[in-house]
Amino acid sequence: MTTIDLSAAMITQASPLADWLVVAPLVLCMVLGAVLLMVRKDTQIQPVIAIPGLVALVLVDAALLAHVWMNGTVTMTMGRWLPPFGISFTVDILGALLTLTGGIAALAGGIFGAGDVNDSGRRYGFYPFLFLMMVGVSGAFLTGDIFNLYVWFEVLLISSFGLLILGSERGQIDGATKYAFLNLVATTLFLIATGYLYGIFGTLNMADIALKAQTMDDKAPMVTLVSMYLLAFGMKAAAFPANFWLPASYHTPRVVVSALFGGLLTKVGVYALIRVLLMLFPAERDLLGWVIALIAAATMVLGAMGALAQTDVRRMLGYLVISGIGVMLAGIALASPAGVAATVFYAVHSMIVMTALYLASGMAARASGSFSIAEPGGIYQSHVVLAGITLALFFAVSGLPPFSGFWPKALMVKASLDVGAWWLAAAILLTGFLTTIAVGRVWVLAYWRPAPAPPEEASMGGNGAAVTQPPALSPLLDFLPLVMLTVLVVLVGIFPQKLLELSQIASEQLLNPAEYIKSVFPTGGLQ
Amino acid sequence: MTLLVGIFFAVAIYLFLSQHIIRMLLGAAVLGNAVNLLIFTSGRLTLEIPPILTGYETTTGMLTANPLPQALILTAIVISFSFFAFLLVLSYRAYQELGTDDTVEMRFAEPENQDLPPLGY
Repeated sequence: MTTIDLSAAMITQASPLADWLVVAPLVLCMVLGAVLLMVRKDTQIQPVIAIPGLVALVLVDAALLAHVWMNGTVTMTMGRWLPPFGISFTVDILGALLTLTGGIAALAGGIFGAGDVNDSGRRYGFYPFLFLMMVGVSGAFLTGDIFNLYVWFEVLLISSFGLLILGSERGQIDGATKYAFLNLVATTLFLIATGYLYGIFGTLNMADIALKAQTMDDKAPMVTLVSMYLLAFGMKAAAFPANFWLPASYHTPRVVVSALFGGLLTKVGVYALIRVLLMLFPAERDLLGWVIALIAAATMVLGAMGALAQTDVRRMLGYLVISGIGVMLAGIALASPAGVAATVFYAVHSMIVMTALYLASGMAARASGSFSIAEPGGIYQSHVVLAGITLALFFAVSGLPPFSGFWPKALMVKASLDVGAWWLAAAILLTGFLTTIAVGRVWVLAYWRPAPAPPEEASMGGNGAAVTQPPALSPLLDFLPLVMLTVLVVLVGIFPQKLLELSQIASEQLLNPAEYIKSVFPTGGLQ
Repeated sequence: MTLLVGIFFAVAIYLFLSQHIIRMLLGAAVLGNAVNLLIFTSGRLTLEIPPILTGYETTTGMLTANPLPQALILTAIVISFSFFAFLLVLSYRAYQELGTDDTVEMRFAEPENQDLPPLGY
């Protein structure tokens, strides 16, 4: 009888303590989600547990980012089997940075939810769903295994369904039906592509796939595979031909839920596109580069044009989310270090700004009684601070300096011109122009214009959570998250160096995944 | 097997293109099974022995069946089952609340002929 040398294929000693940081965001969210589910009947205690929990989540995410920044890519493998057999979590700068930003957006949503979500919404599980969604979002950003990525997509999708139909109103159920079916198709496409990928490579570990894709000769099935991933993730990210589920559903739920969706969900799709297209299959992406560029230009311009045609502020914001996705896709289409860095930067900016804008629109609607831009007015007269903050956010989303939207857009235009894609640069500038008109009009009509003389309520856009009797805005629960996000937007706009440096490192790590692979296979792999 | 997967996909897509939610639901059920069979096929179908080691052997000495697709399919079955259950309830609620299962008439979230935003100040 021969003894088996387990050390070749298995982990023989316990993981070092620092590696636990990799899964800490997930463990924290999952435990808190379970605890909150247990106390879901007690609506008063939920925010008391949830908000410190979210603060802890942000701190853990920040610690993870600092750890990755100092020590390079970190890998933790679960279940004793070494990669490529065991499931590993591999965190590089991109994953850690987006997890941290997602955590900040969730914190803002959690604080705002304490004032915005009523008792019935809490009893139906706003906070547990929020935490379970964060499990899915963080898991998707951190995992190093493509089937595991699929599982996290499903986790965040199921929780997002729960959040979407929290009020069980007609519009919500209608929107949720479309959202659910189209996202089901998208994740199924992702699963189909993953099945084929397993058939071609015989592995699901991302680092292993990246290694094997470099030496794969037969390109034909790979291009099909990459096209399927492009379609699946493009649908999740609401890129142009497959974007219709987003404006159909994002304006229906509570505004804090819209804020979380607008900030987090589509960016997970973009992240998956970055990871799969840029890191795993760079050669095939080069073949599809012009397709992605066309999709990017169409997404951003049509998104901005859609925003121009909306009367409801929330629907306009939905189109602005789409338009931002287009700008991010432009960096994926260029695939130059500067372009990818701009994509990462823009993703961070978009997560913060879109969350803040939805929150601001919810507060404006509470102050004026309607989400429509045709009816109310005079928010500037009644709520100066809110109007000022919204103006700053509007500037940021259109890409005007000195706010956070300016830098990634400027970088993206330069990156497009560097490779001679003048039409892509023109599309970005046109998008910025159209966005400025769309948001400028909202601000002029709903904020700057004096309130109409008789304040009678017609309640035209009353398909959402529009409150007829405007309650006062609480400085702590309402303004704190908004101010927190706006301060970030301004800080990033004025001091962009640190974030830019991080994005550049992230982009280098993506385009040259040697460090990622080395982190998963320290000895060069079990080939 | 490949043909079967193809037929399943064709049926699922045909049902998805239908106007009625109930047929789309059936499409979702068929689609889930189509994907599971696809993963099973892509793990290579072989007539080998089960991949179980007893005692201290290092290998079974023969080719074994691939255990990974089964793990993947098990996960996918659980997920698609829960998804299907959710969609079923959601569609039933939609039928109750909206009074229709026709997707063309479902315009409550996006009403037709909505007013355009004002052009002047």
